[in-house]
Amino acid sequence: MDWGSIIESLFRGLIGESFIVFALAAIGLNLHFGYTGLLNFGQAVFMAAGAYGLAMMVATIGPAANRNFGWDLSESTLFWLGIFVGVVVFPVVFALIMGIPTLRLRADYLAIVTIAVAEIFRIVVRSPTPSIKKWTNSSDGLTGFSGTFYDMSPFSTQDRYLFNLFTGNQMFLVIVGWGVLAIGATICWLLVRSPWGRVLKAIREDEDAARSLGKNAYSYKMQALILGGVFGAVGGMIRAIGFSVAQPDNFITDVTFFVWVALILGGAGKVLAPIVGASLVYGLLNFSDTFLREGVAAEVIPESIMTGTQVGQVRFMLMGLGLALLAAFRPQGIFGNKEEMALDDR
Amino acid sequence: MTGNDFDDELKDVLIPDAGPHAGPATHSSDMSVITSDKIAGVDPQAARAALADVPWEPGAKKPDPILVADNVVRRFGGLTAVDADHVEIQRGVITALIGPNGAGKTTFFNLLTNFDAPDEGTRVFDGHNIDKVPAHKIANYGMVRTFQLTKALSKMTVIENMKLGATGQKGESLWRSVLPFMWKNQEREIEARADALLDRFKLSHMRDEFAGTMSGGQRKLLEMARALMVEPSMVMLDEPMAGVNPALTQSLLGHVTGLRDAGMTVLFVEHDMDMVQEISDWVIVMAEGRIIAEGPPASIGQNQAVVDAYLGTHHHAALDLEAEL
Amino acid sequence: MLLRSLGEPSVGRATHTPHQRPGRRPTWLTTLLGFVAAFVAILAVNGTAVAQNGDETVGGTMRAKDESGENVFVEGVEFSVVDVDGNEVGTATTDADGVWLVELPGPGVYSVLLDTETLQGFELRNPDKNPLTGVEVQPSTNKNTLFPLGERVLEESNSIRAVQLFVDGIKLGMIIAMCAIGLSLIYGTTGLTNFAHGEMVTFGAMTAYVFHVTWQLDFLGTWMTSLAFGAIMAVLFAGIAGGLFNRFVWKPLRNRGASLISALVVSIGLSIFFRYVFLYQFGGRAGFYRDYRIGQQVEFFGLFTMLRKDIFIVVFSALVLVGIGTALSRTRVGKAMRAVSDNRDLAESSGIDVEQVIRYVWIVGSALAGLGGVLFGLTENINWEMGFRLLLLMFAGVTLGGLGTAYGALLGSIIAGVFIQMSTLVIPGDMKNVGALMALIIILLVRPQGLLGRAERIG
Repeated sequence: MDWGSIIESLFRGLIGESFIVFALAAIGLNLHFGYTGLLNFGQAVFMAAGAYGLAMMVATIGPAANRNFGWDLSESTLFWLGIFVGVVVFPVVFALIMGIPTLRLRADYLAIVTIAVAEIFRIVVRSPTPSIKKWTNSSDGLTGFSGTFYDMSPFSTQDRYLFNLFTGNQMFLVIVGWGVLAIGATICWLLVRSPWGRVLKAIREDEDAARSLGKNAYSYKMQALILGGVFGAVGGMIRAIGFSVAQPDNFITDVTFFVWVALILGGAGKVLAPIVGASLVYGLLNFSDTFLREGVAAEVIPESIMTGTQVGQVRFMLMGLGLALLAAFRPQGIFGNKEEMALDDR
Repeated sequence: MTGNDFDDELKDVLIPDAGPHAGPATHSSDMSVITSDKIAGVDPQAARAALADVPWEPGAKKPDPILVADNVVRRFGGLTAVDADHVEIQRGVITALIGPNGAGKTTFFNLLTNFDAPDEGTRVFDGHNIDKVPAHKIANYGMVRTFQLTKALSKMTVIENMKLGATGQKGESLWRSVLPFMWKNQEREIEARADALLDRFKLSHMRDEFAGTMSGGQRKLLEMARALMVEPSMVMLDEPMAGVNPALTQSLLGHVTGLRDAGMTVLFVEHDMDMVQEISDWVIVMAEGRIIAEGPPASIGQNQAVVDAYLGTHHHAALDLEAEL
Repeated sequence: MLLRSLGEPSVGRATHTPHQRPGRRPTWLTTLLGFVAAFVAILAVNGTAVAQNGDETVGGTMRAKDESGENVFVEGVEFSVVDVDGNEVGTATTDADGVWLVELPGPGVYSVLLDTETLQGFELRNPDKNPLTGVEVQPSTNKNTLFPLGERVLEESNSIRAVQLFVDGIKLGMIIAMCAIGLSLIYGTTGLTNFAHGEMVTFGAMTAYVFHVTWQLDFLGTWMTSLAFGAIMAVLFAGIAGGLFNRFVWKPLRNRGASLISALVVSIGLSIFFRYVFLYQFGGRAGFYRDYRIGQQVEFFGLFTMLRKDIFIVVFSALVLVGIGTALSRTRVGKAMRAVSDNRDLAESSGIDVEQVIRYVWIVGSALAGLGGVLFGLTENINWEMGFRLLLLMFAGVTLGGLGTAYGALLGSIIAGVFIQMSTLVIPGDMKNVGALMALIIILLVRPQGLLGRAERIG
């Protein structure tokens, strides 16, 4: 058993790119559920919105526009445009599609619709139909959009950094990611301490009370949905840049569930909690993944019980079980307090 | 008990004590806390006096109505819950809305506050037609309501509950919320106002506690105080005495009359006849969805239609039984 | 303006807070140990996997029309598979069902060559597509390849196609309906939106598979190996499982006063857990009920065709659904179920034992889901995700018909099924589910309580 690689993967999980992605998505989901009580089970779609917004702008829409309108937008222009589209335009569109039919109804309906939208997204983006495929490239995904980002990296691609954990490009991404995470967390902190945040808390607990005091509950819920989605989109964009590809399989529904576990584990309703939750979840995931793989490879775990490919499935099993147990027994997570417990309403 | 004895007992409940309509002592005379532009011009004494000329009929027109409901109908499936021809609420007085169970009071109350939309009819508040106005905008016009099941937000502290009530706090807009300097000053003012109100309602010692730790009666007071943060011109109370222990009743009544004395209009739905007798200036009676009587509290007990509505068939059955024996 | 119900009830009344006797294990630990025990037990029953090793394969089914226009399978056709470097990785010959399969050393890009000498006299429709190159195989999947034989059948006119799709839609709709009734009733009686209901469908399909295909017990006679027996077992096991879930998971949550949102998240967690247990045990490939892989087409009035097995499915489903519908309106238990589902408090005050009704709802609803799973597996295939895919369609059907009503689930599901199939007239086949899901969203805009639901229940 190569304990070195196990510890290394644990560390990467705790602070690496994937953690940043999930921390951002979890902060967004915290705004949705922890502060507003919205049951968003489609955070992966918002993440994909960020990734595809950027990727499509640079890889398919931009070049098509250049061709059709005779423009000559450079890749880096498209890159920055893509960031705008991915972080602002797409999340708003998705939030409107999900929110307009459901925000005046019971919370469950948003849950159903967000899962439905996630499935629609999955089917449409992966469709091999040529008219769609030329924009999204189906299940192979889009590439060739991250160049502008890595061009800005001051790190050498030849060396490894931080105890040999990261390559030059990865280091750049991690540093930028941490910066974005810090800014995002600060914005979130400012939001929830403000009167706006106060209205949100009131709406989460009792919409009618908020309405009787003149607050437009529907509008606030929509704002929260959009804002939380934007956080998710930023996370998704970082994920796409990290892998240098925007692929539908990176944004499947199980990603949403990972984010939920991170959120509930940390404690819905506190600003820093989702970050800690994401760190723990990803650290645990990586650790158990590598640990089990090593176990199978070193034949400590016999092949008849578990093969290498089944390790990934065990992770998901643990995730599902963990989510169920947390929701049932400790809905306030690690940092939440019982009085403010988001799940145990009424 | 014979039918007649039962009848007398009910009349005791409905007919008030003789004597001037003094009511309980109002609380501290610091009216500044609840005075606002909207109620500046209202003279409560004059408003009450004007009621003397109003006929005791359902749908009677009032000299200075703040709320008018016309032909309001609400149906649920095949059942007509409310069918009110015409109702006017006089500005600056306390009006009670009473009726037996199932009369449609709560439904009508929800229709007046726009928490429910009628199938037909119009409602006009303070000159504004509120038919198409969403419930949350009504507060901006100056009408605020409380709830029968008190909605003190238990996961927020008392002072946060109070600050929530303020309308027009710029920081409640998403863009400005991340720039504290844009709303900090306003927040300070709001907090000062909130503290003054808490002081008036004797809740200051609970300021930083979660509302969930308060007793039922304290939560009622909080809900009332919070409603005042809206600086309303009309306060709609949904069964304010429900679940309140007797010790707190006088205090609550005092606050309600205090509101009226500051110039606010109060409408409340109640079952508690003592409260109705003690503080209301005008009473509206509903039964089976219709308005069957209106008048000062003294007149209601003698109104045959009202007695019939409350006693229903029991009254007649008791008389028949007596005749048979 | 929709009036939100003041004080949304929690799933049950909080009668007491659980207090532990000193020295007693905390509840969460008991639950965890229970799951671990179940997991170990599942591992022990390891023989149900369709394929656990060699997870990447490529294959196909060779079928053609003979002189009389009948569908036949072509046996004895030889295939060879070659990797990117030109090395042959395997060969296979089609069996009596026309099926061939080659195990691959791993994911990647391959070429498939059909030996035309072995084609038994049939002609390849696209000879230039042989060998088939650029066949991409993802990890743990079976890649299906198509080598069409014979002339392309003339396109039927759209109206005939519409009839065919309508019939297909009815069939799909009935299957959805059977599974959705339980979902709707569980919501109606307990307020829980049970996201794990799809896994009950999968469970039913797989249980039947285990009995019918994997184990094939016959110590009491060969009838034990039939699909009918497997189906009976599926219904039985699913019903029992539903009862157990209610007893050990949902009832305790109700008694603790857990909020509906907590319960919803718990159901999502369980859904994930069981889905991956199924994947773990069953593997990623599709399974089929042995003799029913493909069937004989029967033509109806020249308007549409149905496979024998599909005719059976439609008739059988109709009987079951009519039976359930009658039971709901005639029997005491059925009426009680509808009463509790419609207005729990009113039903309770009429003297109905609500907890008992809830228990029945869980058992019957889960049993129906299991049966629906068997039928779904019969008409398509059995795979680890089948229930989850169906769940979304169930939500569409139930939302359309009215969440909380049994008849609404029925009506809405059938309409949803027809809508899904007929939407392929205008949108590509792989996106047909999208139509139903979009319809779901639109319904919520226009008439959120569905066709038969009550407006007061939706917030």
